[in-house]
Amino acid sequence: MSDARPCKVVGDVSDLPESASGAKHLVWWGNIGFMAIEGTAFALAAGTYLYLMSQTQGWPPAGTRPPDLFWPAVLTLGLFLSEIPNLWVRRRAIAKDERGVRFGTLGMTILGLLLLIPRGIEFAHLNVHWSDNAYGSLTWMLIILHTSHLITDIGDTAVQAVWLFTHEVGDDQFADVEDNANYWTFVVLSWLPVGALIYLAPRLG
Amino acid sequence: MNGLQSALAPAGEQAAGIHGLFWLMMLVCGAMYLLVLGGVAWALWRAVRRRRTAGEPAINPPDVGLNRGLLGWAGLIVVGLTVVITASFLVERNIAAARARDALEVRVTGHQWWWRIQYRDPRTGGWIETANELHLPLGRTTRVALGSADVIHSFWVPNIAQKLDVIPGRINLLDLTPTRPGWFRGQCAEFCGIQHAHMAFDVKVDPPESFDRWLAGQANAAAKPADPVAAHGQRVVTGGQCAMCHAIRGTPATGRAGPDLTHFGSRRSVAAGTLTMSRGAIQGWIAQPQALKPGTMMPPVALSGADADAASRYLMGLQ
Amino acid sequence: MTEPLTPEQADRLAVSWRDAPGLWGFLTTVDHKRIAARYILTVVLLMFLAGMLALDMRLQLAWPDMGRMTPQLYNESFSLHGSTMLFLVSVPVMEAMAIWLVPLMLGQRALAFPRLAAFSYWLYLGGVLMLWVPHAFGITPDLGWFEYPPLSGPGYGPGHRVDIWAQMITFTEVAALAASVNVVATVLKMRPPGMTLARIPVFVWSQAIAGLMTIFSLPAVMLVTSMLIADRLVSTQFFAPSAGGDVILFQHLFWWFGHPEVYIIFLPAAGFVSMIVETFSRRTLFGHVAVVLSMLGIAALAFGLWVHHMFAVGLPRLGNDFYTAASMAVALPAGLQIFCWIATLWSGRPRFDTPLLWVLGFIATFVIGGLSGVMAASAPLDQQITDTYFIVAHFHYVLIGGAIFPLLGAFCYWYPKATGRLMSERLGKLAFWLIVGGFNLGFFPMHLLGLMGMPRRVYTYSEGMGWGPLNLVATLGSAIAVAGGLVFVANAWWSRRHGAPAGPDPWGGSTLEWAVPSPPPQHNFDHLPVVDSLTPLWTQKDALQVMTGLAIERREVLVTSVIEATPEYRQKSPKPSIAPLLSALAVTILFIGSIFTPWALVWGAVPVAVALVVWFWPQRERARTGPLRVRR
Repeated sequence: MSDARPCKVVGDVSDLPESASGAKHLVWWGNIGFMAIEGTAFALAAGTYLYLMSQTQGWPPAGTRPPDLFWPAVLTLGLFLSEIPNLWVRRRAIAKDERGVRFGTLGMTILGLLLLIPRGIEFAHLNVHWSDNAYGSLTWMLIILHTSHLITDIGDTAVQAVWLFTHEVGDDQFADVEDNANYWTFVVLSWLPVGALIYLAPRLG
Repeated sequence: MNGLQSALAPAGEQAAGIHGLFWLMMLVCGAMYLLVLGGVAWALWRAVRRRRTAGEPAINPPDVGLNRGLLGWAGLIVVGLTVVITASFLVERNIAAARARDALEVRVTGHQWWWRIQYRDPRTGGWIETANELHLPLGRTTRVALGSADVIHSFWVPNIAQKLDVIPGRINLLDLTPTRPGWFRGQCAEFCGIQHAHMAFDVKVDPPESFDRWLAGQANAAAKPADPVAAHGQRVVTGGQCAMCHAIRGTPATGRAGPDLTHFGSRRSVAAGTLTMSRGAIQGWIAQPQALKPGTMMPPVALSGADADAASRYLMGLQ
Repeated sequence: MTEPLTPEQADRLAVSWRDAPGLWGFLTTVDHKRIAARYILTVVLLMFLAGMLALDMRLQLAWPDMGRMTPQLYNESFSLHGSTMLFLVSVPVMEAMAIWLVPLMLGQRALAFPRLAAFSYWLYLGGVLMLWVPHAFGITPDLGWFEYPPLSGPGYGPGHRVDIWAQMITFTEVAALAASVNVVATVLKMRPPGMTLARIPVFVWSQAIAGLMTIFSLPAVMLVTSMLIADRLVSTQFFAPSAGGDVILFQHLFWWFGHPEVYIIFLPAAGFVSMIVETFSRRTLFGHVAVVLSMLGIAALAFGLWVHHMFAVGLPRLGNDFYTAASMAVALPAGLQIFCWIATLWSGRPRFDTPLLWVLGFIATFVIGGLSGVMAASAPLDQQITDTYFIVAHFHYVLIGGAIFPLLGAFCYWYPKATGRLMSERLGKLAFWLIVGGFNLGFFPMHLLGLMGMPRRVYTYSEGMGWGPLNLVATLGSAIAVAGGLVFVANAWWSRRHGAPAGPDPWGGSTLEWAVPSPPPQHNFDHLPVVDSLTPLWTQKDALQVMTGLAIERREVLVTSVIEATPEYRQKSPKPSIAPLLSALAVTILFIGSIFTPWALVWGAVPVAVALVVWFWPQRERARTGPLRVRR
């Protein structure tokens, strides 16, 4: 089978590389697309929180204490510090350093699992149940939304670490590590507005 | 065509303003539509007249005239939109202006699937309750405070004013200023469950004196039964199942779940606009509500023939 | 400079892209054309079912006081009709057209993420079954296509009808989001060399813009239906006024999605119209830049006017004025597009085959819907006509006239490309007149009914209301339109075997899909086309300029730069895989489980994770370096 029209060859792409990294890479754009979707969901959830806050007298409602601050402070600090190794892994991926990405993703997996400890304790210090009132429902919604992203990325990093240790690493996988590191940064950054709403908004209202 | 429930036959200040806006927009939009159709017709006419055969396609022809046409068309759209946006803004401002007036206060509460209506008693400051029939004084603004007992409804009397949603957890205010006396009809306009279709109410606009008389009458307790049969009917209604949900002031019936029946017989329809008021309708409604309005909260009440007859006679007598 | 592929090389290329035979090939295919065809067949079936529901309802309303439907059945019917048409037909069919056409118009062999496209379809099918299988067992949503709480909340919506509706949305929206990312990435990164932003065909623009709109609007409906399910299942209080919740919150989030959705449906239709008008007028589309900018303008405005669905809620007047102006402003870009299409016809040499007839029917019908939309955008006027039959007429004019008519035109236009045969013009014209005539006869009277006070969603009305005669006319018109729909489908069915052979380019089209055989082979193009204008097939009429050098023995596509479309690298394109189907099944288990217990979100995540790991597990050699290396 050949094209229905006669054709004239004006160039050849066989000299082009077989992979790319960063914004040149196709998968990078897919990753951005999903971040845009999730970012929209975060923004709408935050908008929902602010909307109901503006509709309600007293925030949190009378009789409810704002969530405790100690464990989220630990988590926030941990998330920020995790960016140091995360950005290092990203650089190792761009430099196509096989050893670097193997141990880097392993380290990030362990770090992520450690961060789930303060996150888990946070749930016990929200000082409100989701069924108490709309404020409680919103608080739980935001923290669950963020936690699901946290767990997803830790899971992804763990699978990646297993694969990297057991296989020869190709250019596409370095690009995957880079994308995964970008995603972790997204998860860290999205915590700033979400965490601010959960922990600071009730102290302003 | 019937004008009882029509936005095209305004009988209120608010509806009249919107009616005028409607025709202005019809004019502007109609003209735009004719221009579009004219353009298509012209294009077709040229195509037929020139009968040019399909040759080589024209690639990027210069289109100088068409570019100017595009700009002109854009200008025309902007002008048309400016007209309708301004008109819309002015009509809305006029409607809002009624809020500043001193008004008759009425509370309307939407229930699945009927309307509780309460008037502020000018003499006592208390509330006079009725249901499914709204009376309004001609030429005066009535401010309806809309609340919901359950789900979202929408209060709408198209002849008199625009609609406004009835929302649980909120009170919405709607001003009605009727300008023409007579009977009109309102209906729930937001889907509210299985009997959304049968959640209507009658609206009567009267000159202020007649309205005041009507309101004074509504403030009274229920009429005493006129004859022994009706007296028996009263015992059936107020002593039995009916009284658990319905109130008839001046009798032992004090239920609140359903419509107040104190002046039931004076109303124009039964079951929120489902049936025209008559003794037969009342009897049918008591015996077979689920057949007439499937899903209604009104349970069937099994009465003997004589009891049913007496009950309907009593209820018709509640003028 | 190298030579074109020899026939032997072309055969080997075709083998590299060929699906496995039989059922396995069916289940594992990642061919965008097969996936799109599935979407379209599913949609046709659903349109038939939704049309039958519509006809049933029209019969019920044809005369006053009809008793042939109970209120429950009527409420189920309009809920099923609306939910099917908006969530399972309109948006998915436009995605399907993108999945089928975008790679062909871009001279590509595949979408950016072929497996994701397969996943989208399977998940969409899950949504279809989610709604229609329970319906077969008598569990049907009965609260309309926008199930407002508290009616849909725990207090008034017992059973699982609401949950089914809400999770059907989650299915279809995840599918739609995945498809949108796919299409947008394809348009950004997989354009043929030379196809700068200025040379992107209008249809491809329309799909990219609709994809972006999807990404920024659909999360709202997923969020809000999840909140609704949480209120129902685990007693959260989002919409409970007594516990600080707010029922209007639901409407804000719903319409944040719901309004852009209308344009997500309309923009691809405007893309169809642009392509058809260009081809059949035998000239480059007049005002290409104006049309594309109009689309971008509509997309931007779309996010600023959701409140016009809520004018009757009783929001502050200042807000109403703003949203009135913003909503009416849409008339400007939409009006400019109409001008460009008419001007193209006016200055071209139109030939009146069925696809162009559909465009004419579209203009005559859609403009009425657009203008009634301007009326409905006026806050005071809207408060008279909203929730009445005027609005029923309006949105059917916009969605049927504005989107389905162009879709039917597009179907006739690209049918020969997909099947290799032309549809019968005679049957096509018959279907056209029946559908356009029947539709207008059926829906125009509804404007008047609405003004005469007939509310939406009433299962009956009494004779005294005076709505009988117009309702009878409306029913008659709908029946004629449905008959036309059957003729259309019969034509498509018959022509598949008996239509005249089409050849690669029956209409003299201007875009790349007309350069390949009809139907296109699985790999679409033997060579990479190079584009030098908006209408490459018209400017390169002697010989198509192409590039060579993509792999022949394996699946490979070319990735180009975002702005200039200069070649950047060669990307491996995935082979067929069962993983998308398995993942969709795992997600289905999770979604259905979550109707019954919140814990499904926990245990249901395990199979999903396993399926995704299978999907994304890269196929490479075992490590011979590092601590876990294989020692041989």
